This record gives sequence, structure tokens and C-alpha cells, in this order.
Amino acid sequence: MSENKEIEIMQSVYDKNDQVAAKIQASLTESGIFAINVMGAPGAGKTTSLIQLIKRLEEVTAYVIEGDIEADFDTKTLQSLGVKAIQINTGGACHLDSPLIGQAVEDLHISDGVLFIENIGNLVCPAEFMIGEHAKMLISTVTEGSDKPYKYPLAFEKADMILLNKCDLLPYVDFDEDFFMKGVRALNKTAPVIKVSGKTGEGYEKAAEWIMEKIKKQQ
Amino acid sequence: MHEYPITRRIIEIAGEYAKDNGASEVKVINLVVGDYCGYVASSIELYFELIAEGTPCEHAKLHIERVVPKLRCTGCGQLFVRKPFTFECPLCKGEGTPTEIGQEFYIKSIEVQDLDEP
Repeated sequence: MSENKEIEIMQSVYDKNDQVAAKIQASLTESGIFAINVMGAPGAGKTTSLIQLIKRLEEVTAYVIEGDIEADFDTKTLQSLGVKAIQINTGGACHLDSPLIGQAVEDLHISDGVLFIENIGNLVCPAEFMIGEHAKMLISTVTEGSDKPYKYPLAFEKADMILLNKCDLLPYVDFDEDFFMKGVRALNKTAPVIKVSGKTGEGYEKAAEWIMEKIKKQQ
Repeated sequence: MHEYPITRRIIEIAGEYAKDNGASEVKVINLVVGDYCGYVASSIELYFELIAEGTPCEHAKLHIERVVPKLRCTGCGQLFVRKPFTFECPLCKGEGTPTEIGQEFYIKSIEVQDLDEP
């Protein structure tokens, strides 16, 4: 009876998605596009925040790729405001992956500006897959509760900027800001946490400034 | 639902390595899966048999080594397993910060029949 021979591999299995993501990122950089992967739970105010941000980013052209399982309400809303937006429907999949984005980027024919890629409303899977972005923006809300960093650590760990949305509702909800910030800082020492309100528009100037700084650094 | 394509990829990679080493059949796949990598080990096992059918991995045993995630205390440097709703170090009460331990997801090795053995 012959024995088995072990062949060492030590190869990560993510590689195909990551390879495609790296290619997309390089091609976007070359076209002068700064891409932001927008993550957050369903109803966190991702599209509303994009509208608020785009209003304040007048110096640059903004593009949006909208990811949803179904429907195109958000794309229509953005288009009605004059934003160049394209819809991706995943038909069930819980996150966007890089082959999907590669195709959408080709379809959009974009150059020089900022590209927001609104991921599927989900605090888990979008954080796990690179899609060619230069930065990740996480939108958390006071209505979701202050325990979210402790329950969904990866999304908070990977974020480059965190918007804490619906702050106009702070007087009405039990949101423990210290507990929230303690959890965020354990996971992520550097990402700015900016309090905003999609309803009133408060706080978005600061977030837009952060984005402008990143764009200028890339140029 | 991420496990289906990733399991297919595992089977592809294992098959490629077997072929490069002149083996027609993979006997064992040694996979390392951290609990924070985003893939569920039991789901990979579930899909494995189904996808492996008709490939060099059809009769392969999938051996999964799971890794429990650990945080490192920013105060005393101790590695520890986190308790729910806290990142606190059990030794010095300092704050733990994520490490790579528990985010692993790779094929460590495959085992094929050793043709050089008598």
C-alpha cells in the first residue's frame, strides 16, 4: 500500500475576486476616479447620505453605482437629481463583488471625479469583498443602536470613514455614544466618525471635506 | 451563500496542484478556516461533495482546521479570545484590538498518492 504525499500549497482562496478588484482600482486611478465603497444596513440612509454629499461636492463630478437585490428606486432618485447613476441588481446576492463592478464601470464610461458604489444594505458581507474601491465609507445610525461595532466588528474595522446618521433622533432613542465610540475605537483607531443627519443635512460638510482631501491626495 | 463559488475554487486549485504533480486524484485537502474569515466551514463541507463530483477531488477527504479569532491587548500585549459585547483584556482590563488570527482562509496542502513509494 503506498502512502500519501503531501504537496504544500499555502494559497489564499480569495484570489480571483481580489485580483479583479486590484485591476479595477488601478484602472479607476488611471481615469482619475476616486472610488468609495458605501456600506450600511438597510435603511441606514445610504442613498440619502449620497445625495447630501454630492450636493456638497460641487467641484467634482460624482458618479454612483447602486447595488440592490431588486428594484431601481434609488437610481431613479439620483438620476432625477442629475447624478450619473447606474443600477446593479444582484437578484438575491447579499453583496457586490468585483466582476459585477468591473462590468458596471465599463458601462458608465467615467473619468475624473468621485465614484460612489452603494453596496447592498447589509452589515456583514460587503465588508468582506474588495470591489476596486479606494476607501470604504460605513453608515451607521443611532436608531440601529450603540452595540453595532460589537456585533458587526468587521464592517467597523475595515471602514475608512464612519458616518453616524439620524443624529436628529438622538433625543428620542437610547443611544449610548460612549459605548459606541469605545467599540469603534477598539476596532479602528483612525477612521473619523462624523455625526450627520440625512434629514436636516447637518454634519455632511465635514464628510465632504474628508472626501475632497482624499481626492486631492490621489491627484 | 458565498461558500458555493469559494468551494468550487478550492476544488479547482487542488486539482491544478495535483495535475502539476502528476497525480490524477486528490486524497486529502487541508484547508485552514478562521472563524472571522467570512466563510462558514460547515457550509463548505456541505457543498464540497456536490461540486467535487466528476473532478480529481471526487473522493478527497476535506480536512478543515478552524482557527479561533484572537485580539491583542494594546496595554499588556496579551492575545486573548474576545467575550461578547466587550473588547476588554481579561488580564489587565486594557483594550484589545483585532489581529490576523482568525481571518485565515487558505489551502495549506493537498495529499496525493505517492507514486515513488514501492
